[in-house]
Amino acid sequence: MSVAPPDATTAPGRVGSSTLRPDGVPKTKGAFAYASDLQDERMLWGATVRAPLARARITRLDIAPALAIVGVHAVLTAEDVPGLNAMGQIVQDRPVLAENEVTYWGQPIAVVAAEDRETARRAADAVIVEYGELEPITDLVEGHERGLVFREHKARRGDPEAHGEVAVEGYYEVGTQDQAPLGTEAGIAFPDTEGGVDVYAVSQWIHVDHEQIVDCLGLRPEQVRVHPAGMGGAFGSREDLSLQVHLCMLALHTGRPVRMVYDRQESFASHVHRHAARMWYRHEADRDGRLVRVEARVLLDAGAYTETSPAVLNNAVYFAVGPYQCPNVFAEGYAVQTNNPPSGAMRGFGAVQSCFAYEAQMDRLAVELDMDPVELRLLNALETGDRLATTGQLIEEPLPTRAVIEAVRSLPVDADRPGNDPLGLPGGTGLTTPPNSVVRGVGFAVGIKNLAFSEGFDDYADARVVLTAAGVEVHTAAIEVGQGMVTILQQIARTVLGVDQVAVIFDDTSLIGSAGSTSASRQTQMAGGAVYRAAARVREEALRRADGDDLTGAGVWRDGTVVATLEELCGSDPIEHEVRYRHIETAEPDEDGQGSPHVDFSVAAHRAIVDVDPELGLVKLVRIDSAQDVGRALNPQSIIGQIEGGTMQGVGLAVMEELVLDRGRVLNANFTDYLLPTFLDAPPVQSVIVEEPGSWGPFGAKGFSELPTISSTPAVVAAIRAATGKALTRVPVRPEHIVGIE
Amino acid sequence: MDIDRPRSLDETLAAAGEYPDATLLAGGTDVMVEVNFRTRQVRRVISLRGVADLSEWNGTRIGAGVTYRRMELGPIPALAQLARTVGSPQIRSVGTLGGNLGTASPAGDTHPFLAACDASIEVRSRDGGTRILSWSEFLTGPKLNALKPGEVITAVVLPEHLPARQEFGKVGVRSAMVISTVSACVMRDEEGRTTVALGAVGPTVLRAARAEEMMSAESHPSAEALAEFSRLVSDEVRPITDHRSTEAYRRHASGVLARRLLERCLAA
Ligand SMILES: Cc1cc2nc3c(=O)[nH]c(=O)nc-3n(C[C@H](O)[C@H](O)[C@H](O)COP(=O)(O)OP(=O)(O)OC[C@H]3O[C@@H](n4cnc5c(N)ncnc54)[C@H](O)[C@@H]3O)c2cc1C
Repeated sequence: MSVAPPDATTAPGRVGSSTLRPDGVPKTKGAFAYASDLQDERMLWGATVRAPLARARITRLDIAPALAIVGVHAVLTAEDVPGLNAMGQIVQDRPVLAENEVTYWGQPIAVVAAEDRETARRAADAVIVEYGELEPITDLVEGHERGLVFREHKARRGDPEAHGEVAVEGYYEVGTQDQAPLGTEAGIAFPDTEGGVDVYAVSQWIHVDHEQIVDCLGLRPEQVRVHPAGMGGAFGSREDLSLQVHLCMLALHTGRPVRMVYDRQESFASHVHRHAARMWYRHEADRDGRLVRVEARVLLDAGAYTETSPAVLNNAVYFAVGPYQCPNVFAEGYAVQTNNPPSGAMRGFGAVQSCFAYEAQMDRLAVELDMDPVELRLLNALETGDRLATTGQLIEEPLPTRAVIEAVRSLPVDADRPGNDPLGLPGGTGLTTPPNSVVRGVGFAVGIKNLAFSEGFDDYADARVVLTAAGVEVHTAAIEVGQGMVTILQQIARTVLGVDQVAVIFDDTSLIGSAGSTSASRQTQMAGGAVYRAAARVREEALRRADGDDLTGAGVWRDGTVVATLEELCGSDPIEHEVRYRHIETAEPDEDGQGSPHVDFSVAAHRAIVDVDPELGLVKLVRIDSAQDVGRALNPQSIIGQIEGGTMQGVGLAVMEELVLDRGRVLNANFTDYLLPTFLDAPPVQSVIVEEPGSWGPFGAKGFSELPTISSTPAVVAAIRAATGKALTRVPVRPEHIVGIE
Repeated sequence: MDIDRPRSLDETLAAAGEYPDATLLAGGTDVMVEVNFRTRQVRRVISLRGVADLSEWNGTRIGAGVTYRRMELGPIPALAQLARTVGSPQIRSVGTLGGNLGTASPAGDTHPFLAACDASIEVRSRDGGTRILSWSEFLTGPKLNALKPGEVITAVVLPEHLPARQEFGKVGVRSAMVISTVSACVMRDEEGRTTVALGAVGPTVLRAARAEEMMSAESHPSAEALAEFSRLVSDEVRPITDHRSTEAYRRHASGVLARRLLERCLAA
């Protein structure tokens, strides 16, 4: 194992170097076409009629006033959905357009198309909908008691009678966080001349969108082509369909291209959020601090429809104990149906919620044992050769848990008092807090999550690599959400083929097979793995064709001289290989949740240092450092970007990011009141990249991009607890919680 | 949509008199948010940006068109402090004093300063001439002010002598670019006369009269006097619970913030 400095570089453009992203300059100059920029001369604008209540019967729906407006071409309702009026990746249960009843705030009821955006919005306002309001179910415990459960999952391992000498219990809550991607949902659909349609819209997995769109439109698969579109972030929010079917319906109905761009409020209303959680925990350890038994009960608020909740719930249970060994585990979780905004995938996918609870528990245990909390973690750390506490799965791949803990622990700590610069104090520009009103705290946390898809899912990625006289083409349906997919695929192809000129072409669903989702920290290993293997085959064939021993941009070499230029090699006959790459099989666990549902894991650790103004309850993060297990760093700069961004997303959950709900309605569906950390809230982050190459990712790379979001939240809260002595069992921590008044 | 671009105050008053329903547009940082959220229908706009008269700042007379950026760099300490807390650099470079009064949000960050120093608001119209209103006459309720149709805010007039000891503070959930949970301004003159005004804790900005009276009588306030001042402030504010904070926290934070600002005044 080596702990690499982040600026380690190898050859420019190749694996290991901090290659600049090709889309970086166009994005900063405003030249990059995002989904919200797509337009056409003949297009109409779409708009959506949304429910203002979280639960109601639709007692009247009258579209006539909207149709009467000049410039309005279509007003479509549930009756107009040509196929199945239901969407969903796992269970198709969320209506394309609400029929008879609405079950969450902002649910789409009708869509309109008009000559311009203003007219479309006016038409949406003109649709008459009357409601009979019903009492929404917004309390998670109440929903659970009523048996409104989409999925339950249990993990039972070890001896039910085993107990430790020292025990701590706790109850924890996580509020509803939003992905808050800067780019809102947007897209455009074009009808073809034969009843089919092309749609370009935000997505994390165009092939799974395609399956659902085909069902909803009642078309044959080949009649629908789903194209990738430029995206300003996703973080899980694009895993479920938003406006795709609406766009297609309007385009097919009007015979014209139709464009939609959601405004910020619609964006908040239309995509899934991170599950709010309530968690009850009991940890038992022996006198030396070794975990003997963990009991956990987790309730996740799934909202009105299934979405990806079953998978999120299972993850919350799989990682209920965290990156620690424990022989006896009794954990159960429930994804509860409510009328709160729908929940689904968000960076960390269930592992975030549990980590907040089990790391708080580890700190409580350390206090109870009178032990250093970092030592307690090192003592229990889960590593290669150990078994995951909940499932009993043997960890076969590298898992440098101790290394990430040690790496963070050994980073220097700066001065232990704040300076006089008010911008560096709690309250920032508000000038609320003199330096002598501040107390400092340090907190520590470790997190774990699975990589790629689990539980026996047939997880694969297709890629096609073509060598022509002009260079290399990489074809993939993997989605670039802004994370740097394009750069990594270029680096991998360049390194395998020795050719610098690499174009990554993001194909639509008719041109290439699925790459699987850009989620679950999986694409560098999966799409990257497919490109790696396809490129290797291209190289083999190139060498075979010219009987050479090396390949570069100059052509094929033998014994130190070029024997065939690329033109000669493949000018008239490109070399092309397509690969379907699968990771090793996983399996569904048994009824006790035991087995080997995962292919691989990654770990990360954070140390947060905070200054707190206890009297006003304000927090200033002084610094937050991180160490991250990445297998092998293919692009160190890109890794640092993911660590810093992910860390700040966790910081946001720790101290400010939450959808405020009232009877299921979101009161802060805007960036005035859904607060994200600003630059002044973002402290210095020192990131340590821990490299211990894995066996299956290209060049030993492992996915990791969700991890920085997982352990940062508990580290920050631990630091606030250390500073204030308050229990703080809920995130986001609000000033009133620190002050101790509601 | 019609847009008037007056070049002088007279042209502005003429246009506002002619079209009393028109939207006056200064920096647009409130107007455009309302347009985008579709809570404001705009049929006609009178753009104030080209009206140089409105941007004049002569000592204690500050034109309605003065931006936060200028207040931030200006000579009045508490005004500079509050200006720095507003929005982002982009907002501060176009957002204006007049716009903050036009919107009359209970959380408007200029208001505690104006209330603490007993500023007046000068408004004019083509037909009604000039009216000078005290801050409390001008700000009449949440998002409500005393402007009559056709009237334009021309300036804010501060008293000739402002206490040198003046401090502003604002509590919010993040370090910058945040709407006030509580904002406050405290001033104390050479004789010890103390004023304290608080924002976001009532339908409009308010003054804590009992706290002021009590503190104005203290020539060398003791720790107990400071605690009493803090308690009186907490007592006098009238906050509500909403999606940003709770009544209890706002009440508590009002007292803490006011006390700390006073301490800063006393230390200066
Ligand atoms: C991102 C963001 C952050 C913000 N942060 C803060 C903050 O921290 N604190 C804060 O207090 N506010 C904040 N605001 C609100 C806003 O910036 C301020 O209220 C600002 O002072 C408005 O000034 P403006 O010139 O942009 O007004 P405009 O939007 O142009 O106008 C606002 C209102 O005042 C009226 N008006 C403007 N000028 C006159 C005039 N001369 N006579 C009569 N009526 C007039 C307009 O008709 C309109 O009703 C923020 C806004 C944004 C978008």
